[in-house]
Amino acid sequence: MRRIPLAALIGLIFTGAYFGAAIFAPWIAPYGMAEVVGDSWEPWSSTHWLGTDTIGRDLLSRMIWGGQTTIFVAAAATLLSFSLGSVLGFTAAVRGGWVDQILSRTVDLMMSIPSLISALVILSVMPVTLPVLILVMGILDSTRVFRLSRAVAVDITVMDYVEAARLRGEGQGWIIFREILPNALSPLVAEMGLRFIFAVLFISTLSFLGLGVQPPMADWGGIVKENKEGIVYGIPAALIPAFAIATLAISVNLVADWILNRTSSLKGGRGG
Amino acid sequence: MADVLLDIRNLRIEATSYPPGEPPRDVVLVDDVSVAVEKGRVLGLIGESGAGKSTIGLSAMSYGRGGVRLTGGQILLNGREIRTAGMRELRSLRGHEVTYVAQSAAAAFNPAKQLMEQVIETSLSHGLMPRAEAEARAVDLFRQLGLPDPENIGKRYPHQVSGGQLQRVMTAMALCPKPDLVIFDEPTTALDVTTQIDVLAAIKRAIHETGVAALYITHDLAVVAQVADDIMVLRHGKMVEYGTTEQIITRPSEEYTRALVSVRGIEHAEKDPSVEPVLRVQNVTARYKGTNFDVLKNVSVDLPPGQTLAIVGESGSGKSTLARAITGLLPPSQGRITFAGRELSRELKARSKDDLREVQMIYQMADVAMNPRQTVGTIIGRPLEFYFGMSGEQKRVRIQELLDQIEMGRGFIDRYPAELSGGQKQRVCIARALAAKPKLIICDEVTSALDPLVADGILKLLLNLQAAEGVAYLFITHDIATVRAIADRIAVMFKGQVVRYGPKSQVLAPPFDDYTDLLLSSVPEMELGWLEQVLEHRKMESAGN
Repeated sequence: MRRIPLAALIGLIFTGAYFGAAIFAPWIAPYGMAEVVGDSWEPWSSTHWLGTDTIGRDLLSRMIWGGQTTIFVAAAATLLSFSLGSVLGFTAAVRGGWVDQILSRTVDLMMSIPSLISALVILSVMPVTLPVLILVMGILDSTRVFRLSRAVAVDITVMDYVEAARLRGEGQGWIIFREILPNALSPLVAEMGLRFIFAVLFISTLSFLGLGVQPPMADWGGIVKENKEGIVYGIPAALIPAFAIATLAISVNLVADWILNRTSSLKGGRGG
Repeated sequence: MADVLLDIRNLRIEATSYPPGEPPRDVVLVDDVSVAVEKGRVLGLIGESGAGKSTIGLSAMSYGRGGVRLTGGQILLNGREIRTAGMRELRSLRGHEVTYVAQSAAAAFNPAKQLMEQVIETSLSHGLMPRAEAEARAVDLFRQLGLPDPENIGKRYPHQVSGGQLQRVMTAMALCPKPDLVIFDEPTTALDVTTQIDVLAAIKRAIHETGVAALYITHDLAVVAQVADDIMVLRHGKMVEYGTTEQIITRPSEEYTRALVSVRGIEHAEKDPSVEPVLRVQNVTARYKGTNFDVLKNVSVDLPPGQTLAIVGESGSGKSTLARAITGLLPPSQGRITFAGRELSRELKARSKDDLREVQMIYQMADVAMNPRQTVGTIIGRPLEFYFGMSGEQKRVRIQELLDQIEMGRGFIDRYPAELSGGQKQRVCIARALAAKPKLIICDEVTSALDPLVADGILKLLLNLQAAEGVAYLFITHDIATVRAIADRIAVMFKGQVVRYGPKSQVLAPPFDDYTDLLLSSVPEMELGWLEQVLEHRKMESAGN
């Protein structure tokens, strides 16, 4: 085990703190999620560390509960998009021919519509619940993962060891999961860090526009929306979730970079 | 010693290695090597890969590739110390006093620029001559090197000339700034034998006519014997032997040099050809999808069990395509392939598990033939699991047996391919093929990427395994020496057709057809003056026609 570089360490600490707060929210949060505990927009004090929000709920508690929702939805959507996108991408690369054509053209079609617009259209006709949100985000995002994993896998399928596996008579499952996946992991992990952050931004955007997580549940985008009027009066409540999103984005990517560096030098695997 | 141009004394070259999971450490690549090249002479540097020959070659322009550092000794060029020289001085010397010809011309040229621009680039950037003069000189050099249409070839782009021509253009590029010393780094290794001989002759003539000194780096002693005046044999970064070409070839004093000179000493008695064949290829014609050009035309060959059929030809002759047709990767458009008495279906998918098991393949590049993320145990064990349903202890015992058969220790089972040497990788690939208990193994240029001594070991191993297991080999190669060593019968391929076919003793005995004659006579022999003899002979023949 080599020494962890400083950047990765900072990233690890911040990422760990955010994820820890999200997981242990019920024990950490000083007040309930929707509990009204004071006047609206109280300043920072010893009882309310980050002040209160537009209707007098404790902002720190809202941030912690909101972080839980945001991180959970983003992580689930990312996981879904990666499983779906990479399996389909690898299949397209391995099978080629009409399977590849159908999958690739469908993805092109989906990508030609901006994902925010398609999400808004779909969510406006569907009941907005967490599973629906995760499903919509995951499927829309899987198109990007499909593109990447197909490109990576096309390079790998022409290697002699994949041909050797084919000549042996191996099925598609073995070729995808045992021959290609281990060699495609490095770029996918790096992309996963990036995609997770896009998912955080996406769910925050949706909530801000009112089609994401529904009140009284908290999430970071929703908190910005609820407190945006405060900015006019010089109240920073809306900026705190923005700050959280930014620091989470940077720290997750620092960690992903570090993982990428470590895995690509390992066991003589391919770089990039 | 007034005429000494390059004088390297006690050179020491180091680099830092980063073994996985261990702290970095310094390794010595070249230790205490001294070389002197006089004006107008050619020194051959010879050795296996990793012997440090390219590293020493590049040190003649005080350059270390990657993290390589020239840490000790002196490099005197024209009496001037250049090892410790500054960047500015080195820049004026590289591409002017010393130039370099790389192995892969295709990778060394910029595909987006015309050849002429690239040939005269250094002459112009060093301010050595005006453009018109440089272009005139380049055309002269093109003519000297025997390039077709020397006035206009400079207007072409790199993809518009052949590999052999490109290598000659690169030689012209190196000679254009009138250097004192040219470093040739394996200039003909990537070429077919029939092309190699022309390039070799052109380089030799150009060296002679321009009176330039040269370092000629290669792993092929027979090639270097044709061009060099002196030869230095290197191994593991140390000098083994240094002498005139004549002395090294005829009276080598070191054990290692003797091994290099007498390499391919394998004798192999031809087996009885009148046995019922295990593989029968009949009138096979094939083309790649979306093209209307037949890569294989009406090919018919037979291979008796336990024997070796060598397919010989230059690149593009269709020999690897034949292997793809037999394995089912490229379904032939016509013809039939019969294996062990039953007809093989054309498509890979339609073949039974036994059909797949009994035909195995070994590739040229062992590096990419093994998944870098699987251990040797997984790589060899998978066919056992897949075809014979072995697992646990039974599988482990069988893997050990196979490792013993390929003469590798038991400690290798948990290693990754990156932790093996080139020869070991190829052995693991052989073990993977053997694990399936095949009747036929297709060997696609399996020794071409290996050093001669290592390749020899692999060939001996293959012959032993054939004797022990009775497996037949379809051996694809461009190397006649390998064919002589192991084949029972030979098919010579040219432009997708079999032009000559039969038992080894017949195919390699006169009278020859034109192509086989050209192919056989182009293989360098370890003999002084061989190149001149061949060229003289060819000139007489063409004059006679």
